[in-house]
Amino acid sequence: MNYKIVIRVVSKFLIPYMLLFALYVQWHGDFGPGGGFQAGVIFAAGFILYGIVFGVGNLRDVVPAWVTRTLLAGGVLLYAGVGVAGMLMGGSFLNYSVLAATPTGGQHLGILLVELGVGVTVAAAMITIFATFSSRER
Amino acid sequence: MIFQHLPILQILIPLLAAPLALLLRTPLLSWALALVASWASLAVSVALLLRVLAEGVVVYELGDWAAPWGIEYRIDALNGFVLIIISLIGAIVVPYAKRSVEAEVQDRRIYLFYTMLLLCMSGLLGITITGDAFNLFVFLEVSSLSTYVLISLGRDRRALIAAYRYLIVGTIGATFYIIGVGLLYMSTGSLNIGDLARLVPALADNRTVQAGMAFLTLGLSIKAAVFPLHLWLPNAYTYAPSAVTVFLAATATKVAVYALIRVVFTIFGGVDLFEAFGVHTTLMMMAIVAMFVGSIVAVYQGNIKRMLAYSSIAQIGYIILGLSFDSVTGVTAGIVHLFNHALTKGGLFMAMGCIALVAGSVRLDDMAGLGKRMPVTMAAFVAGGLSLIGVPLTVGFVSKWYLIKAALEQGSMLIAMLIVLSSLIAVAYVWRVVEVAYFRDPPDGDTAVREAPVSMLVPMLILVGASVYFGIDASTTLDIAGAAAAALMGVGG
Amino acid sequence: MAFPGLLNYWFVVILMMIGFFIVIAHGNLVKKIVGLNVFQISVFLFYITMGKVDGGSAPILAEGIEVYSNPLPHVLILTAIVVGVATTALGLALVVRINESYGTIEEDEIGAMEDDA
Repeated sequence: MNYKIVIRVVSKFLIPYMLLFALYVQWHGDFGPGGGFQAGVIFAAGFILYGIVFGVGNLRDVVPAWVTRTLLAGGVLLYAGVGVAGMLMGGSFLNYSVLAATPTGGQHLGILLVELGVGVTVAAAMITIFATFSSRER
Repeated sequence: MIFQHLPILQILIPLLAAPLALLLRTPLLSWALALVASWASLAVSVALLLRVLAEGVVVYELGDWAAPWGIEYRIDALNGFVLIIISLIGAIVVPYAKRSVEAEVQDRRIYLFYTMLLLCMSGLLGITITGDAFNLFVFLEVSSLSTYVLISLGRDRRALIAAYRYLIVGTIGATFYIIGVGLLYMSTGSLNIGDLARLVPALADNRTVQAGMAFLTLGLSIKAAVFPLHLWLPNAYTYAPSAVTVFLAATATKVAVYALIRVVFTIFGGVDLFEAFGVHTTLMMMAIVAMFVGSIVAVYQGNIKRMLAYSSIAQIGYIILGLSFDSVTGVTAGIVHLFNHALTKGGLFMAMGCIALVAGSVRLDDMAGLGKRMPVTMAAFVAGGLSLIGVPLTVGFVSKWYLIKAALEQGSMLIAMLIVLSSLIAVAYVWRVVEVAYFRDPPDGDTAVREAPVSMLVPMLILVGASVYFGIDASTTLDIAGAAAAALMGVGG
Repeated sequence: MAFPGLLNYWFVVILMMIGFFIVIAHGNLVKKIVGLNVFQISVFLFYITMGKVDGGSAPILAEGIEVYSNPLPHVLILTAIVVGVATTALGLALVVRINESYGTIEEDEIGAMEDDA
């Protein structure tokens, strides 16, 4: 793979920024455009780029199947967990206002956690889809 | 406090159990989790229906956002009843599935099977419980996507093709549905089903609304396999693993029919659709053709699972026929047949699963002498078959009795005759199986009794027993279906 | 009526018909999935167009802007896009497995094999 030296160097340089941008989109989601879906896809794109350039074997060393599987289920459980927490604290399912001392604070916390759950699941799903397809042909 | 949250728990239990089953990864643990989750959701749906019958409509607002801005779950007699159908079949299928799935699905995929079954269950329950048209689409896709996976888990490679075809057709159906929702949203600005029902009558002459109605009906008819949109169904049922066939045959099409009822009788309840667009005659003709084509094609099938699949198309025809009468009796017949057919077909496909496990084949030619070798299973099959025909003392009779009553109320002797005639064709296909199984000797003279495991026989007998019990004492089911029909028609006028 | 008028809706219908035609007319299983995608994308475009309010800006709170486009259809269609991605992934996964067990992804060749079987 030495002949792809430009691609390898450039993508090594790019991937950290892609991940950073994904995190920006994730955490900035409640002030501007952004949120879990988009952030998850961008985050996964970083890993997928790594997988394309360095091979799926290396990608699976970085994120083994058990990691993506756990994150896949964990994200959904986080989302639903926030909903259940709202229920336990006296509101309806997914009522964020009751989560913290003030309704605004609760809304803030709730949407942040829910979007985190979405982002984690989407990123894990995208990586899983890519890795499963590309490790198939052997 | 927990009672107040019952509607969301109905969805949440299977929906939370699904990712947990994914994490557990062992066949036994994921099965046990599915078992607990399905019985818990059965308990929830029973509690919900009792509450609906006692107090009237139960409403739950997600995140405490008031409807029509937020998503609300809204349970009345109709969807309370459908919730019971889904969770009852789910609770009975999971214990049945254990041995059947061990034999038919690769070991390393079993935990995925239960994950998908739970997701499918929560999707179907969600379609039923939600009061929001777009939320319904989301749950429709949750259940559809997991259904495609479940079908593709079948042993036969043709299962893959069947799943692929269903994916294409099902996605087109679901996309039609969102086009319809979009058109309604454009013209009314609301996604809440109750709110739509209030806003649509004033706009009944609006072309956008009419186009929306057409897209909604067509999309849901594809999912419900209403004739002539049924072509995905026979292969999907035939090649799916037995337990999946049982679950899908008993629930998936029923839920799509339920959604169709919601669109036709609730959203467009205030519009006199049947008069205005001739929907009435179109539906009735399609239903009658389905009854005959489904039954006649069933007679010529060599594979009994496929035979039962075609019979399902005919039975959906009966349900649609009931709805097309647009009278309280007719709609009652349709709704009660949703339940009755779920019991009957569930029991019959369970018998097929037992035969597939023990005899290794569900082709008619391989079933010679099965009456002696598998007496319990074949007895259950015969009882289920009698119910398909509509013999008195079975649930099939109750449904057909009400259908004929509704037909006579309309003064249509012809349709009543056609119902009886199409039932006679059912005699032909059920008899073919009985003849081969009871009156032909086993190929190698082997008459030793070899039955399916108890864990599969008991669920099968419960369903078949229920289809006899509710045939003898139909007052419970008829009361609920009657109340649901009256509520629907009360809106519709 | 200003320039775009109903133009977007014409594109929706054209895309929808193209996608639908590909699904029906093509025998290649991958091409069918592509057609299905075009079909779904026409619906995405439909919802996005629906949300546009004449003279409205992007629905972000800011000084001096009073008319906003309706963000709800956009949110709805985000869900549908995710569903579309899942459907595509699942469909392609099925095609991969069909290819592994049949050795072809042409519908007529598969049909011919099934008749022999």
